Amino acid sequence: MTTQEMQAHIVDGVRRAMSDLCSTMLGCEAEPGEVRVVAQPLEESEGVVALIGMAGPWIGTGAILCKPDMACKLAGAMLMSEYAEVDDEVLDAVAEVANMVIGNLKTSLEEMVAPWVLSTPTVIHGASFTTKLGGNHGWTLMPFAIMGGTVLVQVCLLPNVDGRTTPRLDIVGALAR
Amino acid sequence: MSMDVLIVDDSAAIRKILIRVLQQTELPLGEVVEAADGIEALDRLKQKRFSLIFSDINMPNMDGIQMLSQIRDNAEWSGIPVVMITTEGSQAKVLEAVDLGARGYVRKPFTADQIKEKLAGIF
Repeated sequence: MTTQEMQAHIVDGVRRAMSDLCSTMLGCEAEPGEVRVVAQPLEESEGVVALIGMAGPWIGTGAILCKPDMACKLAGAMLMSEYAEVDDEVLDAVAEVANMVIGNLKTSLEEMVAPWVLSTPTVIHGASFTTKLGGNHGWTLMPFAIMGGTVLVQVCLLPNVDGRTTPRLDIVGALAR
Repeated sequence: MSMDVLIVDDSAAIRKILIRVLQQTELPLGEVVEAADGIEALDRLKQKRFSLIFSDINMPNMDGIQMLSQIRDNAEWSGIPVVMITTEGSQAKVLEAVDLGARGYVRKPFTADQIKEKLAGIF
């Protein structure tokens, strides 16, 4: 499979996963935005990032990024509560969103070739920081308009030429500015 | 007689959602106890008799398959119905859980109705 074919599968799998999640557990719709492929997603972040390592025939990382108010909305819709600020419950909810979206992407990839394994989610919360990941590879950036805000899903998968059987998070730095 | 339920998931968010769904059912719900992984779950089982277990598969320390295997090997616990709730969609994992006696399987994300339907098939 070529990298371009894998990126097409990623976009299709993530869109289906996000649509399922919104219709079943968040009570809203996810409107997919324009997909971009970049070498290194270096935009400054403010809010919550949940990262999950993926390993299988390809290896890499999936991430969910959103601003604090969107993180609170996601948690509020999922847990039927109101959150004025990001707390442990909000972080846990965003981690679970990442787990379900990347987990279902994994399932759709397994329909082509198995097995895949995932790490448990790692969640970062802060203001004005940049997550830099190892190497300059093709990251597929998929924004979704949800509940009046934006959730960004980022996935980077590369052929697993080393045959690694455990996922790794290739974060080399989460830099506060 | 009231039903005590054990919910095993490393996500506090999923545990909270399941508790809310259980409270919406017509089951005679007793105490709902939470555990964050298989090791915690086995500790809870040693302390209390449960009527039902919901469990994730992918968890740190001890996953749901390992936990299910230990439950099935214990004569006191082997009759407790276990429903797996997980993003884990691989056929091999599902078959492994069913082989170990799991009574049902619900894929995340789920609706409250899917959980209620699964419970209706058990009780």
